This record gives sequence, C-alpha cells and structure tokens, in this order.
Amino acid sequence: MKDKRSTAYRIFVLIVVILIALLFTFPLYWIVTGAFKTAKDINATTPSWWPSEWTLRNFQTLFSKLTAPLWQISLPFSQYFTENGEAIVVSTGPSVPAAIRWMLNTVWMAVASMLLTCFTAALAGYALAKKRFTGRGLLFTLIVCAMALPKQVILIPLIREMSTLNLYNTLSAVIYPIVGWPFGVFLIKQFAEGIPGEIIEAARIDGAGEWKTFRTIVFPMIKPGVGALAIFTFISSWNDYFMQLIMLSSTQQLTISLGIAKMQAENSTDFGLIMAGAAFAALPIIIVFIIFQKYFTRGITMGAVKG
Amino acid sequence: MKQNTGLSRALRRRETRAGYLFMLPSLFFFITFVIVPMFMCVYTSFFDSNMGKDAQDVFIGLGNYKELFQDQIFLGALRNTFVIVIVSVPTVLVFSLWIANAIYNMRPGLTSLFRIVFYLPVVTGSVAVTVVWKWMYNNYYGIFNYLLKNAGVIDKNINWLGDSRFALWAIIIILFTTSVGQPIVLYVSALGNVDQSLVEAAQVDGATRNQVFWKIKWPQIMPTTLYILIITTINSFQCFALIQLLTSGGPNHSTDTVMYYIYYTAFKLYRYGYGNAMGVVLMLVIAALSALQFKLGRSKE
Repeated sequence: MKDKRSTAYRIFVLIVVILIALLFTFPLYWIVTGAFKTAKDINATTPSWWPSEWTLRNFQTLFSKLTAPLWQISLPFSQYFTENGEAIVVSTGPSVPAAIRWMLNTVWMAVASMLLTCFTAALAGYALAKKRFTGRGLLFTLIVCAMALPKQVILIPLIREMSTLNLYNTLSAVIYPIVGWPFGVFLIKQFAEGIPGEIIEAARIDGAGEWKTFRTIVFPMIKPGVGALAIFTFISSWNDYFMQLIMLSSTQQLTISLGIAKMQAENSTDFGLIMAGAAFAALPIIIVFIIFQKYFTRGITMGAVKG
Repeated sequence: MKQNTGLSRALRRRETRAGYLFMLPSLFFFITFVIVPMFMCVYTSFFDSNMGKDAQDVFIGLGNYKELFQDQIFLGALRNTFVIVIVSVPTVLVFSLWIANAIYNMRPGLTSLFRIVFYLPVVTGSVAVTVVWKWMYNNYYGIFNYLLKNAGVIDKNINWLGDSRFALWAIIIILFTTSVGQPIVLYVSALGNVDQSLVEAAQVDGATRNQVFWKIKWPQIMPTTLYILIITTINSFQCFALIQLLTSGGPNHSTDTVMYYIYYTAFKLYRYGYGNAMGVVLMLVIAALSALQFKLGRSKE
C-alpha cells in the first residue's frame, strides 16, 4: 500500500521536475532556433515554435557587420615608454570578422586567467595550509574578509588604477583582477589541508628542497582541486560581464559577450542577428561546461565547505 | 600566533621564508588588484572627484555620504535592491531545496542531467540570457504577450520592460532563473552527504516523509542553507548586467539597483567620488547582512 503511493508520488515529482526543466531550457532553445529563423518568422506576431525555413542569413550578417585585425602583438611594457601611453604594435593580423577576434580575445582572456589563477593559488593555498609561518592567520583572515565583500564595488576604483598603469582597454586589465580574487587560494587551502604532514616531513628529511617537495609531492595531491579551480575560473571569467564592460572599449579589444551587447545596442530589433550572436557566444562555453561538469560541480561544492 | 610544535628557531625561519615565497605571486595580484582598490574606494569616497584626466580632487569629508541619503534616485535604487533581495532570496532557497530534494536520489545519470539543466542559464552567460529574454518580453514580437493574450489573461500587449509597474518584476524573474543553479548543486551534494543510517532508523520507526525531512535532513544541511543564503543575498545585491542590458535603470530610474546606479554615477555622470561612497555603503550593508545571517544560522544550530 505505502509503496504504491510512494511510487505514484515519485512519478508525479518526476513529471513536475521535467516540466520545470523544460522551462529552464526554453531560452536556450529560443536562442538556437531564433538564430536560424528568417526575418519573416521573427517579425511575425504569431511566434513560430520551429523555424518554418532555416536560414544562415543571421550568421552571415554577424560575420560581415564589423571587422577587426585577427591579432595585434605589441612589445611588452612598451606602453610605459611611449608618449601617449599606448603600446607599440609589432605585428598586425589580417582583417577578419570582428566576432572571430572577439572569440579569440575571450578564449585568451579565460585561458590566461585560468592558468595564472591556478599557478598562484596552488602555491599560496599550499603555503597557507601547510607552512607554519608568522602572519599566516592574519593573511587568511584578510582573504576571507575580502571574499565576503562584493567584487563589483572595487571595479570603479580599479578603472583609475588601470589607467594609471596604462592597462585600461587591454585584456590584462580584465585578467589581473580575476587572478587577484582570493577565492582560488581559499579553495586550494581547503584541499591542501588533507595532505598528511608526515609525507612533507619525510620529503624534507630525504633532502628535497621546498620547490621540489611542492612539485613532486604536493602538486600531484592537490591536482583534483586545481582541476576544479581551473574549470571554475575559466567559466566564471568567460561570463564576467561587468568587469569586461568597464575595462574594454575599442572594437578589437572586446570579448564576445561585449561584442554581442554592442550589436544588441546598435540593432536592437534585429532579433535574428542578436540570437545568432548569442548562440555563437554561448555554445562554446556550454560545451566546455558539459564536458567538465563533474570537476566544475566539485569546485562549487568545495568552496562551500567552511574552513 | 603561538606555535607549540617544538620547531627549532632555524626551522621556523626557514618555514616563514618559504611560506612567503610561495605566497608571493598570489599576494602580488591580491594586494595590487583587490586590497589597493578597496582602500582607494574608501579613500576617494571622501573627495569630490571626477574621472577627468587632470581634474583636482577636493576633500569634502562626509559630503558625499550626506548627499547620498538625500538623493531620491539612490534611495529608490536602494529600495529596488531590497525588493529584489527580499523576493528572490527566499524563493531561490525554497525552489532549489525542493528541486534538489527531488533529484538527489534519482539515478546518477539523471541527477547530473537535471543539475546541468538548472545550471545552464548561469553558464550561458548574462548577455546571451538577457538578449533572449529581451526578445521574449518584447512588446510586439515577444512570446509572453502572445501566450497571455491567447490565454485570455490580458487583452492588450504589455510593454513589460518599458512599464514601471512590471519592469522590476520582469527582471526578478530572469534573475531567479540564473540564481538557482548554484544552490541546487550545493543542496544535491549536501543531501547526498546526509547520514543515511539516521534516515533509515527513522523510517523503521515509522517516521513520515515530512518528519524525516524536517527532523533529520534539515538540521544536517543547515550549514549549506546558511552558505546559500549568504551567496544568494550577495548575488542579488550585485544584480547589474540584467539592468544594464534590459532597461538601463529605466523607465525613469524605476529599475535602478544600487550596483547599476554606482555604474551610472561613475561612468555616465563621471562622479567618481560619489560612486565610491555608494560602493562603501553597499559594502557595509552586505557585510552587516552576512554577519547577521551567519549569527542567526549559528545560534539555530
């Protein structure tokens, strides 16, 4: 008797969850189908649930509207020696659709943030967890306090700092604050605390130096944590719209999110074009997320463990 | 910090030196790009300062703060922010707990499928999500007007984002869909860690589904609930991208949030010191709320 009711209840819950899940996927469905709809479908007062005719027009417009050089390589630090504070460009790539350049910028920004964050956080998290140094408690308190404050508040003063450093309107201005954000250090510290002290002690007795101990003993043990941090940083920096918005301005420096926002502002009623842009921007990161979702989930849940 | 581990002084010095060397790269970025701007935010909030290249900052003490509490637009933005927080935090919490409780003991493949689905709006990114909602809310071509008109709920198209009666609620709905992903992931993992032997013991004693939930699971997932409360509050306070992309605070500042108004003041009015004063107020409010929630959660435990 009780089992039967329980099964019926479970099926009811499953159906409700499936319905809600469908609602949650609808915006994405609407982006993807919208990207392939003709102007006639889009501007009809009766929406077509499925494109009546598939078209690539929207993508053609997306890739022909604006152009930008594929790459610009400048001399490192040269912005500090020129009159106007702009870097000296040594190599400029061929002109390509701006959306391609935006995508490259975004990938570069996310990968650089990820690598730098993982490197600095792995070292610092290990030190905070395992090194008994003076001032450790104070540093850790500072890190936890900084994490509790709204990140966006510091972006306004950051603008001025970045212009003083001649980094405004460069991808570095977006990357460095992401690296500085102490969440990663906190995450790795939680993870490194699980390393038994005896192993590190044994390595020291065997005569291994600090760096060698880190590389050969510690790093392999915190690798799962670093992996989780990597995917977490990649996805969150990709989607950090506010930071990108205030730091980047010229067409060739935009990220894909900013580029789509810009197109939206300039062609606010061409929904087909905007959906094509949204699909182009969202699909790569969704694929990355689905592939690595196990690690990503681990990153989120590990950060929640209270220290 | 007193350590009684019996480390010799030489070893301790070595530890300290190594510790700081390991911390160095991280500290460089942390101090330069987090701590320094944080202090600059507080410092410049006492100045009448603008973004101009060679403009002079004038010290005005608490002038910005005084102006702040007479600024009707700021007070409106503060009110909107509180409405968003008060509406979205409880709904996000209840909804994500319900979903997580429904999916956490399904087959692993199914659980992770649902987890992905509810996380999708977060991963898709604020811009892509916002532009599609903007289309769905559109006065002429939007799907909402079409559906509601066909269902007979409304008889005239509504300009959801352009009407100050609806705009804030339209934004809260989008914010909701992008806020539940992380809480669901956290709750699924917390519920999975609930001591199963206690649950079984209670079931043997004839406890109902509700009793098992409230008497056994709920106390055990309390720390997660607390964490979710804090992050959801902070996220709702920081609601910015939706506003900037959908309404730009309009119509007539009716959808301004504090975060958007800070941006507006600093980048549209170029009043840098004033914007920072608002930032400081926002920091204090969030810090106070986090402390309060933390305290309440701890005393309940």
